[in-house]
Amino acid sequence: MEPRSSHLEGDKIFRWMTAAAAAGIVLLLAGIFLVLVANSRLSLSRFGLDILWGTEWNPVTGHYGALSSIYGTILSTLVAMLIAVPLSFLSAFFLVEVAPTTIAGPVGAAIELLAAVPSIIYGMWGLFVFVPIMATDVQPLLGRALGLLPLFTGPPLGIGILTAGIILAVMILPFMTAVIRDVLEMTPRTMKEAAFGMGATTWEVTRDVALRHGRVGIVGGLFLGLGRALGETMAVTFVIGNSHKISASLMSPGNTIASTLANEFAEASSPLYLSTLTELALILFGITFLVNAASQLLLARARSTMEGRR
Amino acid sequence: MTRNTKKLSGFVLIAGLIGALSLAFLRSGRDHDQRLAGAGASFPYPVYAKWMHEYHHLYNVRINYQSIGSGGGIAQIKAHTVDFGASDAPLTKEDLDAAGLIQFPMIMGGVVLAFHLDGVPSGKLRLSRRNLAAIFLGRIRKWNDPALQADNPGLNLPDTDITVVHRADGSGTTWIFTNYLSQISKDWKTRVGAGKAVQWPRGIGGKGNEGVSAYIQRVPGSIGYVEFAYAVQNKLPTASLQNRAQVYVTPSIEAFQAAAANADWAHTPGFAMVLTDQPGRGTWPITGASFILLQRQQTDCRKAKAMLRFFKWAFEHGGDTARKLDYVPVPAEVVALVEQQWKRRLRCAGRPIWK
Repeated sequence: MEPRSSHLEGDKIFRWMTAAAAAGIVLLLAGIFLVLVANSRLSLSRFGLDILWGTEWNPVTGHYGALSSIYGTILSTLVAMLIAVPLSFLSAFFLVEVAPTTIAGPVGAAIELLAAVPSIIYGMWGLFVFVPIMATDVQPLLGRALGLLPLFTGPPLGIGILTAGIILAVMILPFMTAVIRDVLEMTPRTMKEAAFGMGATTWEVTRDVALRHGRVGIVGGLFLGLGRALGETMAVTFVIGNSHKISASLMSPGNTIASTLANEFAEASSPLYLSTLTELALILFGITFLVNAASQLLLARARSTMEGRR
Repeated sequence: MTRNTKKLSGFVLIAGLIGALSLAFLRSGRDHDQRLAGAGASFPYPVYAKWMHEYHHLYNVRINYQSIGSGGGIAQIKAHTVDFGASDAPLTKEDLDAAGLIQFPMIMGGVVLAFHLDGVPSGKLRLSRRNLAAIFLGRIRKWNDPALQADNPGLNLPDTDITVVHRADGSGTTWIFTNYLSQISKDWKTRVGAGKAVQWPRGIGGKGNEGVSAYIQRVPGSIGYVEFAYAVQNKLPTASLQNRAQVYVTPSIEAFQAAAANADWAHTPGFAMVLTDQPGRGTWPITGASFILLQRQQTDCRKAKAMLRFFKWAFEHGGDTARKLDYVPVPAEVVALVEQQWKRRLRCAGRPIWK
């Protein structure tokens, strides 16, 4: 056995290494923020807060408003979450509570494989396979059935915010399913067996025991998916239609902050144009920050109520 | 994996590394010629890449071209991080002088209108100057609009909505196309204007030529602009356009060359020539050149000379390659003017580089 002092030495090194890694992340984040602010100075001083609700986007005259991009970002993410959250819960329940292990293994692996598909593949698949299906089958059907709502009006082009939202849903589904599954699996066996022993059904055990026990982790998993949907670029750019217009219809083309950046950054030559695009990135940074702050708040509240109950 | 195969694969890896390293050494040893770096426009990338490949085989000069977009190319040549830049839209004479650059046209191409109308073959749809602008302004919204029907007495145009497709990313193609619309329509000029990205009055945006053509192939009743090479290779039906001489022309290499031949290059400072709406009966109205940008004061004289020799070779021997890829070579008269400019303006250590 080694002398005790070298153990302590090792602990010290370990502590420094972890602290350095953590500090590196914070520094990197602060650095990104500072660079974004510095490079969007021109646009910040020109438009001030007006850029947040400006709807014009005219590179020729140099008038820029970010509202259509912000609107598209939030709306497409909302669509994605509306579809992906219930689906990921259901598939996680299936994997943990319903499926026999011989099925749960392969299906779980398949879902995790979905997470490994690069986003450009989702974009190409979306444009060449999914968009035609949307144009010929899904959108005409929605238009006929729900055309009275402004949400589903307009010509069935196949592209648009709804299509982008669905593709995003497919992309974030595996992340959320994997996290929820892992969290559910961590429910102590004794707790579940006790509940079954009291005559609870599988559904009741899942709802009242497993979900309640793991909700902190589940909220974390959902926000992981949300964050990815907000910032996703390539897949969205391919299918959203890329139009700087705000429309109530989910079937009309729109854009997101990330897709605008992907499209226009390479050829933006005027300083104001570049600066405005950088400010868009800053706005996205802000939105992501707010979302994460909200998730932390939710988690903190969930934790405190749980401890209160104990 | 057993221990032995692990060991074996380790050996293979190391042997491969040594091989690659020694190969790199050998190459650089033989390469007493130059390595050049360029960056910029994506439109001419296929033909530049082919030329560079051929030239490397002939003269063992390695040229690395990154198609990062014209904006990036201009920024990089200004920052001296590449040996040459490339841009689809010409810089103005003031811009060039301020940055100490020269520019010259390297290759040309055309922008064509591709459409999706079942039963209407390529070249049969005719668009007058007035109607083309009206479609993109959103004044004409149906294919069977009387104004369109009047241009096409022989066609039975359907009662479908016109879906305008444009580029979503900033691009030189958009610049050429909107420049043309600004020339033929006062309304377009005042309401929208010309630029690599503009505020489109209507339509959907595709990323890149491939995005635009995918939308056109998908959406019945759509019309959009793409590079000629792209339309040919993807067999997209294209419209005939009315040129300045009021003649309807179909897009072809000859029609693009007519535009270049009829343009007044000699009296255009910095070759900042825009080939849209040029005179001539056979002229395609939306033709554009792609430009190379060089620093006027070169620091490495051998490198500068190697670079100019490549451009000269491409002008003289690259024509067939260009035509095969559906690009248009720069006419010989223009090449002569370009060489004059090299002689007059380019310097290294105070001396002319090209004699």
